[in-house]
Amino acid sequence: MNSRIDIQKTYKLYINGKFSRTESGRYFPLKDSQGKTTVNLCQASRKDFREAVKFARKAVSGWSSRTAYNRGQILYRIAETLEGRKKQFIQELNHFGITKNNATQEVEITIDRLVYYAGWADKYQALFSSVNPVASAHYNFSVPEYQGVIAIISPNDNPLLGLVSLIAPAFVGGNTIVCLASEKNPLTAITFAEVLHASDIPNGAINILTGFSSELAEHFSSHKDVNGIVYCGENLELNKSIQENASENVKRIHYYDKINWLINKGQSPYFIMDHSEIKTTWHPIGS
Amino acid sequence: MKANQINIANFRQTPVIDQVGVNERVSRLNSRSIKKTSKIAALKLALSMIDLTTLEGMDTPGKVQQLCIKAKHLNHGISDLPHVAAVCVYPSLVKIAKKELNETSINVASVATGFPSGQTNFKTRLEEVRYAICEGADEVDMVISRGKFLSGDFQLVFDEIAQTKEVCGNIHLKVILETSELSTLDNIRRASEIAMKAGADFIKTSTGKTKCGATQPISLVMLEAIKDFYQKTNKKIGMKPAGGISDSKTAIRYLVMVKEILGNEWLTPTLFRFGASSLANDLLMQITKQQSGAYQSADYFSKD
Repeated sequence: MNSRIDIQKTYKLYINGKFSRTESGRYFPLKDSQGKTTVNLCQASRKDFREAVKFARKAVSGWSSRTAYNRGQILYRIAETLEGRKKQFIQELNHFGITKNNATQEVEITIDRLVYYAGWADKYQALFSSVNPVASAHYNFSVPEYQGVIAIISPNDNPLLGLVSLIAPAFVGGNTIVCLASEKNPLTAITFAEVLHASDIPNGAINILTGFSSELAEHFSSHKDVNGIVYCGENLELNKSIQENASENVKRIHYYDKINWLINKGQSPYFIMDHSEIKTTWHPIGS
Repeated sequence: MKANQINIANFRQTPVIDQVGVNERVSRLNSRSIKKTSKIAALKLALSMIDLTTLEGMDTPGKVQQLCIKAKHLNHGISDLPHVAAVCVYPSLVKIAKKELNETSINVASVATGFPSGQTNFKTRLEEVRYAICEGADEVDMVISRGKFLSGDFQLVFDEIAQTKEVCGNIHLKVILETSELSTLDNIRRASEIAMKAGADFIKTSTGKTKCGATQPISLVMLEAIKDFYQKTNKKIGMKPAGGISDSKTAIRYLVMVKEILGNEWLTPTLFRFGASSLANDLLMQITKQQSGAYQSADYFSKD
């Protein structure tokens, strides 16, 4: 009776609301805590990244024009869906060497973090907007607006929480995302893509790739259609080249150095502002 | 006109097209990989073959001027760029385009003959051609009467094209078959032959005003027709796919088809054109990408 063979999931990339294999046909093995290969993951190429950016760009106008309230609803929906699949995430983290207690804590904080940013969706604008006193007959006000496509290179510590802590604030601010999952433990990122897929996010608004930052960081930072880049790596050489490439078209660069995502400092509306531009309007008024 | 008349039966006996075979051939040609220096050469060649087009009811003199300026100054950041082949506008805007492009070798093409449907009386349509030429058009893009063609009146379609060519004289005549309305590849082959025999200098796939523009299988059939016509008569007829070709990859695939079917002689703007508006920017972005290594953004290229 025990002759049934388990069906193993093929972990693929998440681009434009579809789970597709890398165009390059490459893959890399992932070893569990005992050193056994348990899954093979797609090794995304620069062309996969290019495709992802293309779709992320297309999704910008639709996503950014959603009402703030609706963006909050969708973030909350992601949290709901994630809650329902908590066990699977804990198991996956545990499988790759994170203790059960730590895994449970990480997943729970991840869910709470999504709810946290869902709450901020229609509030941060009021907090960071201002009416400015000017010395002319103008009504002058400043409001935060989305930047466009944000490329994110996820941290290796807390693979799920780190990923979500970077995606959520950029996403809630109306940006679309192309994200490279943690290199060491990318499994939960792709499972998280399944959660995204079931949460009414528009196609292409969040794209998740698996692969190597040593190969992809150059393209993440040099692609002219990317408006902002986020990374947390410790490789100083790589960090330097990211900054140099990004300066070519003045991308917004955010380097989060050793942030502990597990504590309250890992969440703040200022993270939303990192991916916002301030738009100032001069509105003539009668004197 | 008598001398030009061709036996109607000829058009009823045009070759039958094997659709599966055509699709097969297209997909085989699409698997060609064009990289590095050949890619840059292909991109630049494609750029030189573009008829930069604006055919909207809302076209203004300003819009056309802007398009002409774009045609003249594609991008100053890239060296050795060719210029586009022509600017394609409605007859009423030909004069403006002509003035703008006066001292360049960029042609002004005008659509005429009741574009895009052609559903008006033939005298009016011919008058429109005369008007476009008077205004200074170097090339005329006419539409065929698809209704007449579909009801089997091939002779009439032939006569209309022949008469239009007579009015055009030395002016280049491109005949738009509007393939999306001809429904079958057999019809497309037949319409191509009618157009070429009636004196077309170019055959063109589409107006760009219907749901479906140029596709590769359709273009392949037309290219085959051009090849057969050339072998019979030794006359080189040009080809212009139009509508829906907006990225470099597709453009290069067309060039591969042309080379494979008609050979290098046709890889020139005098015998092959792209009717497109957004293709030019994509080509420029690709050329920049090839030179700088970084993927480009539409933000850094002028819209038109």
